[in-house]
Amino acid sequence: MKTYLPLAIVIALSTAYGFWWKANQGAIRTKKAVPGHRLNAQILGEALGARATMVQFSSAFCTPCRATHSLLSQMVASMSDVKHIQVDAESHLELVRELDIRSTPTTLFINSQGIEVGRAAGTPKRDQVLAALANIA
Amino acid sequence: MSEVLDNKEVAKIYIDARGPRFGATITTIVLAIALVTQNKWVIVAQGLVFLIGAVKGPQFTPYGLIFKNVIKPRLSGVAPTEDVRPPKFAQAVGFVFALVAGIAAFAGADLVFTIAVGAALAAAILNAAFNYCLGCEIYLLLVRFTSK
Repeated sequence: MKTYLPLAIVIALSTAYGFWWKANQGAIRTKKAVPGHRLNAQILGEALGARATMVQFSSAFCTPCRATHSLLSQMVASMSDVKHIQVDAESHLELVRELDIRSTPTTLFINSQGIEVGRAAGTPKRDQVLAALANIA
Repeated sequence: MSEVLDNKEVAKIYIDARGPRFGATITTIVLAIALVTQNKWVIVAQGLVFLIGAVKGPQFTPYGLIFKNVIKPRLSGVAPTEDVRPPKFAQAVGFVFALVAGIAAFAGADLVFTIAVGAALAAAILNAAFNYCLGCEIYLLLVRFTSK
């Protein structure tokens, strides 16, 4: 008994989702931020940047986490007032739940007060990161 | 903060990142055949491939061996590498779907078979066509729901 209907449905749904997912990867969203939470050196284990900090949540089963880490750490190397801190999501589940981190890599852009102003799921592009950092006074 | 991620003992195996993507393409074709023909032996075979990929690594599956011996010698350029754990995780997810589909097929539950094969096929299409990272999207959610 051959049927092509399930195949057609699966191809249509997964392709539509795939394009949507691809388009949203790395986009820095201000509306998804959890602004009430305050991050500090005690929680993160490292001091915050004087102006801004990018807090990257990563996990072991995540290939783009590596690319994101090398992009962001390379970018902050030439910025004296911005820091990049990587957090292992799995070993900080309480923080992950409080901040509603759902996938890795998720990078939070936080200001000098430790307040989140935006977040990106997936690897952001260099220009997007520069624009997001420019918006943090 | 990232001792687990950077630990060389934990993350010591890196493979050619194009291998799992080639494997996902073959997997897509095999699962599409399983879905159209509703043939349980196709899903049994694919389930064994997933099992090898999940336990030993995708580079040891038949698709991985085809990539290594037939495809890779014909490719040029620097091979991008990736940690073996993300594709291994994806293979384990595939195995769970194949297992459910296999049990359903032998129990005569056609609808369950179709849904399970369809879910595995969707993941394979996303991986092959969009370089979708299953581990990135669902691993943390699984941990969030299953541990306190």
